Amino acid sequence: MSRPMQFDRVPLSARIGMAIILAYVAAALFGPFLAPYGQTEVAGDQWTPLFWSQPGPDGDVFFLLGTDHLGRDLLTRLLYGARNSIGIALVTTLLAFAAGVGIGLLAATKQGVVDQIASRSIDVLMAFPSLIFALMILAVLGSSIPVLIVVIALLNMASVFRITRALAMDLEAQDFVDVAKLRGESALWIMRRELLPNAMVPLAAEFGLRFCFVLLFIASLSFIGLGIQPPMADWGSMVRENASAISFGVFTPLIPAAAIAGLTIGVNLVIDWLTNSRSVGNEA
Amino acid sequence: MIALLIAKRLGLGLVTLFIISLIVFFSVQLLPGDVAQAILGRTAPPEAVAALRTRLGLDLPAHVRYLQWAGGLFQGDFGDSLANRRPVLDLLSERIGNTFFLAAVSACIAVPLGLILGLASAIYRSRPFDHATSLAALLAISVPEFLTAYILVAIFAVELGWLPAVSMVQPSQGILDRFILISLPAATLALGVIAYILRMTRAAIGNVLSSPYIEMAKLKGVSPYRLVVRHALPNALSPIINVVLMNLAYLVVGVVVVEVIFVYPGLGQLLVDSVSKRDIPVVQACGVLFATAYILLNLLADVLSILANPRLRRPRGGV
Repeated sequence: MSRPMQFDRVPLSARIGMAIILAYVAAALFGPFLAPYGQTEVAGDQWTPLFWSQPGPDGDVFFLLGTDHLGRDLLTRLLYGARNSIGIALVTTLLAFAAGVGIGLLAATKQGVVDQIASRSIDVLMAFPSLIFALMILAVLGSSIPVLIVVIALLNMASVFRITRALAMDLEAQDFVDVAKLRGESALWIMRRELLPNAMVPLAAEFGLRFCFVLLFIASLSFIGLGIQPPMADWGSMVRENASAISFGVFTPLIPAAAIAGLTIGVNLVIDWLTNSRSVGNEA
Repeated sequence: MIALLIAKRLGLGLVTLFIISLIVFFSVQLLPGDVAQAILGRTAPPEAVAALRTRLGLDLPAHVRYLQWAGGLFQGDFGDSLANRRPVLDLLSERIGNTFFLAAVSACIAVPLGLILGLASAIYRSRPFDHATSLAALLAISVPEFLTAYILVAIFAVELGWLPAVSMVQPSQGILDRFILISLPAATLALGVIAYILRMTRAAIGNVLSSPYIEMAKLKGVSPYRLVVRHALPNALSPIINVVLMNLAYLVVGVVVVEVIFVYPGLGQLLVDSVSKRDIPVVQACGVLFATAYILLNLLADVLSILANPRLRRPRGGV
């Protein structure tokens, strides 16, 4: 079922997607070292345009992407924001996956009552619109990073659970799983060695999809002022802080918004390839 | 058989609504301390907290309070806002129409456009038109709503000056003014929905197109248009109806962020304001309304796709 992947058969769009993802990962890892100014350093005038230079205390200062509403370098904020936005989204997605895949495999292998309880609870969770659920919890508990991570992971766990369970149920019915059971392998061994490797490609696609969803979700919450709070740099709140510039014809808020979009586009390009290559594999 | 399936689905919908109301009501219990303490702050004198607790009925057992609250919902009594002591119903009634208007206008633009473009890209599969719409749809679903919104504002409000950048509608305004005011938020919402409907319609038709009977029709020499519209569409109807209604459900919730972007006086903005003020009764009321609309649309989606599934239309022996 799993074919060796050859890089020269990867389509151009997926390669572009991979390059984009690598660039973002690099920005998140090395951002603070690459940033020309301090995270909260007020270095220039308010809302200067791209490629702006102005006289500073010791010689001219230059802002590649201009400055924000407080005169901080936008590129610097963007690089620091990469670490926060990507980092928090990644931790949330990983948490959602650990829980979703774990419970999904459990439901598929145990079936019966365990499956019924897990599936019905997930149904209820998915019947509730995510944004409304998140807002209600934030109204009660207030917004903080741990609360955001746990609530959003819980919401995304639901769909990971469904996909894992469906995949595992399909695989459970295959001969090689029966053979492993007859050999007397433990449930844990079957999950790890027989079920997971065969569900890898669709799960990888789901991981990308969830990551994008989480990234956009946190960005939207930050944008409406209920997500990551200033002075922490994060792309969603950077759009919010600079939003009023747009009515003066200054396009500063579009830059952090485009940073979010760039990453989700990159991930989506790779997902499209993963899901297409899977359907090709099934037809063969 | 169909009646039974539908009855089952309706029953499930009612159960879901009941559980949702439980979650909405009891999520407040997660609060460290209780609502009275939260309103007055940690430093409030205990007598004041106790007095407020009695006024809010917090000294009653939880199930009694739930029944009172849920009973109130059916009579349109959502309690009083903590922020300004006004009945929540007054706050809602000013805004619910605005939100409905915005969502309805967006849906009227997005649903037909999404379906037509989706069908067209299925007909012109793997042709330049298909590649162009697929790429555009991928872009539209990848970008956050606020990017779409601000690009539209930058072009149509700032550069061209044709449309207003914010949508503060007043009750006195006429219908034409309202259409102009909501054109940018409606376009923002519609773009996302069009992209989803397009992608899913194309995929649903694509699934059907790979079946043997379509191969047969192709060999008979049926034109691509007839192939998609007459042969494939009827069998893809059920997933497509599902997609449309799920997108309408998405739209109902999607208005929240868009209303904030455009300062539109709707339910979504009220919800966001109340969350930041931690005005729990208003949040609960908005939560129940949004969740109910969402659940009802999903319910309708399931019922209609049961009705549209030709395989369920005739009772079969032995099943």
